[in-house]
Amino acid sequence: MTKFTYTDKKDTRSGFGAGLAELGRTNPDVVALCADLVGSLKMQEFIKENPDRFFQVGIAEANMMGLAAGMTIGGKIPFTGTFANFSTGRVYDQIRQSIAYSDKNVKICASHAGLTLGEDGATHQILEDIGMMKMLPNMTVINPCDFNQTKAATIAIADHHGPVYLRFGRPAVPIFTPADQKFEIGKALHLIEGSDVTVFATGHLVWEAIEAEAVLAQEGISVEVINIHTIKPLDTEAILASVAKTGCVVTAEEHQMNGGLGDSVAQTLALNHPAPLEMVAVNDSFGESGKPAELMTKYGIDADNIVKAVRRVIARK
Amino acid sequence: MSKPTTAELERIASQVRRDIVRMVHGASSGHPGGSLGCTDFLVALYFYAMKRKEGFDPNGIDEDLFFLSNGHISPVWYSVLARSGYFETSELATFRQIDSRVQGHPATEEGLPGIRIASGSLGQGLSVACGAAQVKKLNGESTLVYALMGDGELEEGQVWEAAMYAAHHKIDNIIATVDYNGQQIDGPTDEVMSLGDLKAKWEAFGWTVIESQGNDMASIVKSLDEAKELTGQGKPILNLMTTEMGFGIDFMVGTHKWHGIAPNDEQLADALSQLEETLGDY
Repeated sequence: MTKFTYTDKKDTRSGFGAGLAELGRTNPDVVALCADLVGSLKMQEFIKENPDRFFQVGIAEANMMGLAAGMTIGGKIPFTGTFANFSTGRVYDQIRQSIAYSDKNVKICASHAGLTLGEDGATHQILEDIGMMKMLPNMTVINPCDFNQTKAATIAIADHHGPVYLRFGRPAVPIFTPADQKFEIGKALHLIEGSDVTVFATGHLVWEAIEAEAVLAQEGISVEVINIHTIKPLDTEAILASVAKTGCVVTAEEHQMNGGLGDSVAQTLALNHPAPLEMVAVNDSFGESGKPAELMTKYGIDADNIVKAVRRVIARK
Repeated sequence: MSKPTTAELERIASQVRRDIVRMVHGASSGHPGGSLGCTDFLVALYFYAMKRKEGFDPNGIDEDLFFLSNGHISPVWYSVLARSGYFETSELATFRQIDSRVQGHPATEEGLPGIRIASGSLGQGLSVACGAAQVKKLNGESTLVYALMGDGELEEGQVWEAAMYAAHHKIDNIIATVDYNGQQIDGPTDEVMSLGDLKAKWEAFGWTVIESQGNDMASIVKSLDEAKELTGQGKPILNLMTTEMGFGIDFMVGTHKWHGIAPNDEQLADALSQLEETLGDY
C-alpha cells in the first residue's frame, strides 16, 4: 500500500513559475504574456532569462487573450498569466471566439483559483472557472495537485497542440508527488488502491483526500483515491473501472458543485454505470475573506468533509 | 508581375459587388451594406498592396497578413479570397448554408483557406493583429499585418486596450484601417454613441493617422502606399477610411437599412443591372 507523506509545502503557482522557466530554456517557441501580475504568477525567472519572449500587457486581460491568439499565427506557443477570475469570467467571449473556436495553441495559465486565495475575498475567489472552461469545445482543462505536478503539467502542455486551461493556486500545500514524474494529459493517477469507495479528487483537494483515506482506513473502510488532474478530457475509462470495483463515489474539488469535476463524473456515471455519488464542493455560494484553511472548513471542502461524504455514500450503497 | 491599375482594380470590385449581393440573396441573410462599402478597400488590399504567397500557410510566414475584426462583412472577404485564388468561386454559393465552409461569420474551424481566426463578436481583431505583428518582429520578418475594423466597433473597450498596447510596444509593422461609415445597427453612430474626433483619439493613443476615401480607388491605393512608407518608424499606423454603406448600388447606398438584410429577387435584378459582370459570375 502506498503511503503518502511530505516534507515540504509549496504553492502550486511556484510550480508553474518553475515549469515556465524550464520551458524558456528548452522550447524557443514558448512566449509569455502577463496582465500586471508577474510576481503573483512567479514569472520572473522566465522573464529574466528570456526578456525578448515576454510581453507585459498591463491591466487589459481581453487584449491579452487576443494578443495570445494572434501570436500563435507565426508559430509561437503563448502562455498567458493572470488570476483565474480574470483568466476566465472576465474574458470568456475573447477565449470563446479567438482561442477555442479558432482552435489556437494558447495556454491560459490561471493562478489564485478558488477559495484558498483567502483574505482577498469573493471577488477574487473564482469557483466557476472549471465549468466555464470545460464547456468550451476544443479546450483542455487541467487542475494539478501540488508543486511538482503543476511544474510537470506546465511543461507538458507546451507539447500539446491546442488551447489549454491550466489552474493553480496561491497557498502552500504539501508536495507529495515525485519531482521526476511525467505528466500525461487526460490520464488519471491511481494514488491509493481501495475496494469500498472511490474518491476522485482534483487540485488542492487531492491531499485532503489522502488525509481522509488515513482516517477512514482506521475505521476499516477501504478507500481508493484517484487524482483527476485533467478534468477535460476526462479519463472515463479509469473512472468506470474503479467504480465497477468499489460501487460508490465521492468527488472532491475546490469549485462550485455546479459545473466542476463532480458534474463531469456524475455525467459519466449516469450514462454508463449509475452508482451512488456524493460531491464535496462549494454548494452554490460565493466565498468570503479568511485564511485558506478556515475557508475550506467553513465551505465544506476539507478532509473532514470528505470523510463524512464517504460515510454517507457507503450508507447509500 | 506588374501592379494592377486603378481601372483594373475597379473592374474586380464590380465583380466582387455582384458576388456580395448574389451571396446574400442566395442565403436570404447576411450583411450587404458594410460589405459593399469596404469592397474597394479589400480589392486594393489583396490585388494591389499585400505581399502574398501561393497557397495558404496558416502561420503566414514571410507574407503580409490580414485580419477582419468586423466579421459580419464576411461576404466581401469571401468573394475577395475566392477571386484571389484561395478557394473556388463556386463555393461562394454555399454561403450561410448547412455543411459549408463559408460560414455566416468568418471561422477557422471549418478550414476555409485564407482565414486565420474567427471573428464576429466585435472588438477583438486589433488585439489578434497586434499579437501576429509582434511575432513577425520576434521572428525577424519584414512583412506587414493589416487589420480592418468597423467604426461602431470602436465602442468596444478592448479596441483601446490594443491601441494602447501597440503604441507602448512600438508595433510599427501594423496598418489598421477603420471603416468610417458613421452607421451602426441602431442608427448613426453620432446618435447611438458619439465617436468624437477619431483622428485626434488615435493620435492621442500614439498612432500615426492617415486619412482616405474608401470608395475612391485612387485614394485607397495612395493611402496604402503612404501607410507602407510609414511603417518601421516606431509607431503603429491607422488609416481612417471614409466609406458609404451600400456603395455601388443606388438603392442601398448611404443608408443603414441594408446593414443586415437580403435583397429580394426584384431588388437583386435591379442591383445586378448596376454592376458590370467583369470576371464571370460564380
